[in-house]
Amino acid sequence: MITIIDYGAGNLESVEKAFDFLGYETLITSDEKTILDSEKIVLPGVGAFGDAMNMLTSSGLADTVKKAVKKGIPLLGICLGMQMLFESSEEGENVPGLGIFKGSIKKFENTPGFKIPQIGWNSIKLREDSRLFKGIPDGAYVYFVHSYYLDAKDKNIVAATCDYIHPFDAAVECGNVFACQFHPEKSGKTGLAILKNFAEI
Amino acid sequence: MLTKRIIPCLDIKDGRVVKGINFVNLRDAGDPVETAAAYDAAGADELVFLDITASSDAREIKADLVRKISKAIFIPFTVGGGIRTIDDFKVILREGADKVAVNSAAIMDPELISKAADKFGSQCVVVAIDAKRREDGQGWNIYKNGGRIDMGIDAVEWAQKAVSLGAGELLVTSMDADGTKNGYDIELTRTIAELVNVPVIASGGAGKCEHFSDVLTEGKADAALAATLFHYKELEISEVKRFLRDKGISVRL
Repeated sequence: MITIIDYGAGNLESVEKAFDFLGYETLITSDEKTILDSEKIVLPGVGAFGDAMNMLTSSGLADTVKKAVKKGIPLLGICLGMQMLFESSEEGENVPGLGIFKGSIKKFENTPGFKIPQIGWNSIKLREDSRLFKGIPDGAYVYFVHSYYLDAKDKNIVAATCDYIHPFDAAVECGNVFACQFHPEKSGKTGLAILKNFAEI
Repeated sequence: MLTKRIIPCLDIKDGRVVKGINFVNLRDAGDPVETAAAYDAAGADELVFLDITASSDAREIKADLVRKISKAIFIPFTVGGGIRTIDDFKVILREGADKVAVNSAAIMDPELISKAADKFGSQCVVVAIDAKRREDGQGWNIYKNGGRIDMGIDAVEWAQKAVSLGAGELLVTSMDADGTKNGYDIELTRTIAELVNVPVIASGGAGKCEHFSDVLTEGKADAALAATLFHYKELEISEVKRFLRDKGISVRL
């Protein structure tokens, strides 16, 4: 059972539908016990960093996520769900992130010739030994929608990088914690293969 | 490198795919979910569904359509047509659409754009603009109700206003070019794309591969939309993309 954490942010259904399509059982829940008993956890996210972190904290789910990570339950953070794993974001400067990893989320600076947010398909450069990207060709295209990007402190955890205005960290992988800035549930066949890799871990 | 997007558009009425030529003469030609899945497999980067169902239960029909599509395809898609309220946005996004396109209702109540952007984020608010060159040839006016009513508002000014209110993307249709297959309106597209900092999707007039490369380079568009052309297989998406790649334009292949 793959549990999708419901902390009040929208768009959980797309992730659910993608796993359903692949034939994996999912459950959308905010119940701590269910989350801690599940085989795998997805932390989705659409919206603003500050609001989402506040919802995660006030519902007690911030602690639940940390407990789950400590327990070693494989976790996949998507988009804002990836950003929240880090210490802080320029999007919500007074609100700390979960701090599971060191590093911060920064805003793309206005640059002539580049629209912000980055919306669309961009190619990712992959780390070879990644479990999340097993079988995915280097340079594969995935779908991004974001105005803020990750700058991980420990580059050893970076599993994929991308280039928009400048290179940035597009996915991380450390132990059983996986996360990506792009939306695998919207990245066609490549995205489905990534979700399948996670489900099979 | 971020790629330019090729977006097939499906016009939907009463749950079926149709395509108007110059906004009239609708032809019934297909199941939307099957068509969507076929486009996904064919390499479409994104899909746009314009639902023109006008019945009293249009919202339920739309919700049902969005739900079915979102279970079958895993690329981003936008739903528009008859969107009037924040509740319409909510229903469509909840059922799995990534973006909502709003046209006439935003012209009548521009605050709908800012309210939707505040509530759901700019990234899911697409403002669709139907523009037609004014008789004096100087600039374009916007039209509402599927291109029927001239609002007497300048299209470029409206585009900028829509973005300042929170539109995350503009879908700019040239009514002059639509259905002609003589190419996109490069001047209209470029004028708007150069003045806004959000992506612009060019629409109307695609007839051959060169039209796509023209609007994505000269026209400064971030994406190009076509309906009839792909729907009746006059051009394959992969054919367009290979042509663009050979021209040095970054595409997902």
